[in-house]
Amino acid sequence: MSKKIAFQNKAPENLLVALKEAQAKHGYLSQEFLVELADSLKVPVNDVYGVASFYSFLATKPRGRNVIKICRSLPCYLQNCQIIIETVEKELGIKPGETTPDGRFSFELTNCIGLCDRAPAMLINDDAHVDLTPEKIKQILQSYK
Amino acid sequence: MPQARVVLKNCGVIDPTNISTCLEQDGFKALEKARREMSPEEVISEVKVSGLRGRGGAGFPCGIKWEGARNSAGDEKYVICNADEGEVGMFKDRYILENDPFTLVEGLALAGYAIGARQGHIYLRGEYHYLLDLLRGAVNQARESDFLNGFDIDIQEGAGAYVCGEESALMESIEGKRGESRYRPPFPTVAGLWQKPTTINNVETLMNIPQIVLNGGGWYSQMGTERSQGTKVFSVSGDVARPGVYELVLGSPLRELVEELASARDVKLMQIGGATGRILPYDMIDTPLAFEHILGAGAVTVFDESRDVIDIVHRTMEFLAEECCGKCTPGRQGTEAMVEILERFCRGEGAQRDIKVMEDLAETMMLSSLCGLGQAAPFAVVDTLKYFRGDYERRIRGK
Repeated sequence: MSKKIAFQNKAPENLLVALKEAQAKHGYLSQEFLVELADSLKVPVNDVYGVASFYSFLATKPRGRNVIKICRSLPCYLQNCQIIIETVEKELGIKPGETTPDGRFSFELTNCIGLCDRAPAMLINDDAHVDLTPEKIKQILQSYK
Repeated sequence: MPQARVVLKNCGVIDPTNISTCLEQDGFKALEKARREMSPEEVISEVKVSGLRGRGGAGFPCGIKWEGARNSAGDEKYVICNADEGEVGMFKDRYILENDPFTLVEGLALAGYAIGARQGHIYLRGEYHYLLDLLRGAVNQARESDFLNGFDIDIQEGAGAYVCGEESALMESIEGKRGESRYRPPFPTVAGLWQKPTTINNVETLMNIPQIVLNGGGWYSQMGTERSQGTKVFSVSGDVARPGVYELVLGSPLRELVEELASARDVKLMQIGGATGRILPYDMIDTPLAFEHILGAGAVTVFDESRDVIDIVHRTMEFLAEECCGKCTPGRQGTEAMVEILERFCRGEGAQRDIKVMEDLAETMMLSSLCGLGQAAPFAVVDTLKYFRGDYERRIRGK
């Protein structure tokens, strides 16, 4: 019954919205936070974790201050995104799924981000970077502190 | 057949941050006309006459959808704009939003007027967060200019889940839940968002509405073929010299888009409609782009002679396995099994019986998946087994 009430009301009780806001504030969704949120919304923790883990933009583990998402879907693959991925790996010394030790960058591969006309492309945080070349990468990374 | 500008007529013409530049191009005239001269039923009737079918891939007749929601009982109804294009190779809605968010707002307001909804939602994919301010600005300017008039639009962002472009998963997501597809019936027009009657339309579908209302359904229905009226916006990418967004009258041959407009050379195959789309070999490039032939949501990815068919199919299936919501077994397990078999072919370790297994599995998925994405997931395998079977046979162990 309590679950029904929470889900039928719209924002701010909207679980996905609450999770996105929390992540914007804290960088990621900690286990403690998910439990607290479940309590306050009076829903089971697994409902909250279920939503948090469903969406690729939500993180349940700490991430770097800047999140790099390089597109690896077919249109970017055809424009040799592999060399962009390798350049970022070399520049940062980390593999996809990892975070630099100084916490400056996390690095992920992502599915199509809708910039196929300017491939290869990536997002850093919410910024789009297009027509990437290995030469451009260094410069772009420098602009994120 | 010619290029046309119905959906994209304001793109590059107006300033997307300034509503007055849109008003100079007849912006919001259709909405005013509808409210002044037409009953909601008359608006729906014009849309039915136009023959407009959904541009998100499924091609359901828009007017019939609206009529269903209009006739559903209840005074709380919703209209949703699906701006969650996540299909591989799709960026036409991004282009539309970047260039003409006002016409989308007008189209959604017209949908609200037609079905009797006071609340509209735009579900914008999270990857397009950089468009949020622009879109919000367009809604605010329309509101401040008194065009919304008792109708309100809320923008909600996705969070990086391809499956949320599927209409029932999208509604789950707006409600704050996991984006898992729903069982149907009931259909959204009866029980959609918050279990209320709802219509959900693609960005491009709604972009057509003001022109239909202004010029009449009869004007619109003259364009295109008998079963595919109007124009279609395509996003072309891959091995082409001029990737981009192009609008064509429906029924135009694929060749015009791929070779003439996007300047592709040495084409081997084309994937029409992204990861859940159909694959055509080059010798079928004269196929008309229409619902009765091949269309999808408008993504056209071109592959030249240097590309490996099995690699393309494998990457397509990997994408689908990762993005499947996991609710139904054919979608969840079927895509995983396909990936596993295709990996073997990539390594040159396929077995003859694998081909039969994939064919059987594809049929099961097409027949029994819960949503359109699962049903369409095996298309890349099915089509390449049909047109490029030799490529599979050469990868069978020992050959």
